[in-house]
Amino acid sequence: MFATQLSVFVENKTGRLSEILNAFSEHHINIRALSIAENSEFGILRLIVKETERAYDILKREGFIVKKTEVISLPLEDKPGALAKIVDKLSEEGVGIEYLYAFVSPENGANVVFRLDNPEKGGKLFK
Amino acid sequence: MAYWNEHWETMPREELEAYQSEKLVWQVKRCYENVECFRNRMDELGLTPEEIHGIEDLPKLPFSYKKDLRDYYPYGLFAAPMKDIVRIHASSGTTGKRIVAGYTKNDLEVWADGAARVLTSVGLGEGDIIQVSYGYGLFTGGLGLHGGAEKIGATVIPMSSGNTALQIQTMIDLKATALCCTPSYAMYLGEEVQRLGVQDQLSLKAGIFGAEPWSEEMRRQIEAALGIRAYDIYGLTEIIGPGVSGECEYQAGMHVWEDHFIPEIIDPDTLEPLPVGSEGELVFTTITKEGMPMIRYRTRDICRLDPVPCKCGRTHYRMMKPHGRTDDMLIIRGVNVFPSQIEEVLLGFTMGGITPNYQIIVDRVNHTDTFDINVEMSEEFFADDMKSIEKLEGEITAKLRSVLGIGAKVHLVSPKSIARSEGKAKRVIDKRKI
Repeated sequence: MFATQLSVFVENKTGRLSEILNAFSEHHINIRALSIAENSEFGILRLIVKETERAYDILKREGFIVKKTEVISLPLEDKPGALAKIVDKLSEEGVGIEYLYAFVSPENGANVVFRLDNPEKGGKLFK
Repeated sequence: MAYWNEHWETMPREELEAYQSEKLVWQVKRCYENVECFRNRMDELGLTPEEIHGIEDLPKLPFSYKKDLRDYYPYGLFAAPMKDIVRIHASSGTTGKRIVAGYTKNDLEVWADGAARVLTSVGLGEGDIIQVSYGYGLFTGGLGLHGGAEKIGATVIPMSSGNTALQIQTMIDLKATALCCTPSYAMYLGEEVQRLGVQDQLSLKAGIFGAEPWSEEMRRQIEAALGIRAYDIYGLTEIIGPGVSGECEYQAGMHVWEDHFIPEIIDPDTLEPLPVGSEGELVFTTITKEGMPMIRYRTRDICRLDPVPCKCGRTHYRMMKPHGRTDDMLIIRGVNVFPSQIEEVLLGFTMGGITPNYQIIVDRVNHTDTFDINVEMSEEFFADDMKSIEKLEGEITAKLRSVLGIGAKVHLVSPKSIARSEGKAKRVIDKRKI
């Protein structure tokens, strides 16, 4: 349920993203999930990969600013209202969502990744 | 041929130089008596005011520097008592602190007279309507041209800078016959006038543009876009403001009003005076100024003086457009900016998320200077959220604006992403082609 996400600072400059992706490709790092938050100046690339530690070291070596962030990753039932149920529960308990993104894995189907303002309390809700 | 002050403007050189000598002796004496900084420097050289007999002794005198204005901030260089100072202006210093200049009633007269000579020499006078679109306030641009325009009996529109649409509307409605602003803003106004297709509604015939470098190519473009003749004017706050020199109708260099300001050209390395006509650093001595006189003030502008008599009949030497600096000062949208000012601001943020590595990038897009500062973020600062980065950028931007008096776009970038050559980052990239 808890997962470690890599957050990478990316300047809004042509080629920055491809530098990251090529480094991963070269070292056989497989990306499971990815999301980008951006404004006109810069972005934050958020990644969930299979080998977090190794990917972290590679990015560091390449000179990127990268942080490990604890997030919550939940499998999602493939039916209407599944996400609403989770979000409702969080809001009832007063847990705020900083951001979320979704991905599909071959093993578990749909997954949603949450960054919560109170990860501990949020984590307990979905045990 | 119209002169504002024919007696002085056309005075034979011999007579002019005799007058300069007399005033120099007077000025050196009163600076020695009233200005500690100058007296100390004279004493260090073992030089007394009595040893200065005329302009031939000018090279003996010590230089003064922009740094002096900071070291003796705010009033330490004034040679007149505060009760006689009637106006203060300010300009950017090399660091966070501004420099101030004080004017006596007579100084304001001299200044307005200098600006009036320039306006008259380009054919303006009573009956003209002059729109002054330089900034008003502590900056000398607005009030400097304002004073000159009033003096020649023109109608003044004190527009100040900004709001382009209103500038153009005002020019049309009030039938302005002349415009004063920075050349880059004149370019921009010209483009807007063309875009709106209102050139035939303008009554403009002349423009007086200064406070930043511009080229002959820009002059041609401004003249075509606004349907005017465009003239260059020069000045600096430390000396008096705009109107130290200006072009006449022949557009062939700016006449320096030598009955108030003695120009010299020196070699910036050896500090030796160079013969008239050589290129070097421009140095001014103000021989009539009372409030804040300057003896051999190093302007850091690189230019050349032309002693050849001008077709207009004025005997005062012409200075050619300055085309470089002997320091690292940048002129961005008419505002003087020193990298050291920026560095000082950034150092204030090194505990709060950035490294001292930065790069200033200046360019000119659509005739307006762009001003960007890349700053390397510190690794510890980054914390997976957009807001804290945006907030830090905002804080740095606000602080820079208050120090520089001009807006810069601040971009936080990755550590070590600013290119370094031989281990040192190149601090300033000026891409402008002027």
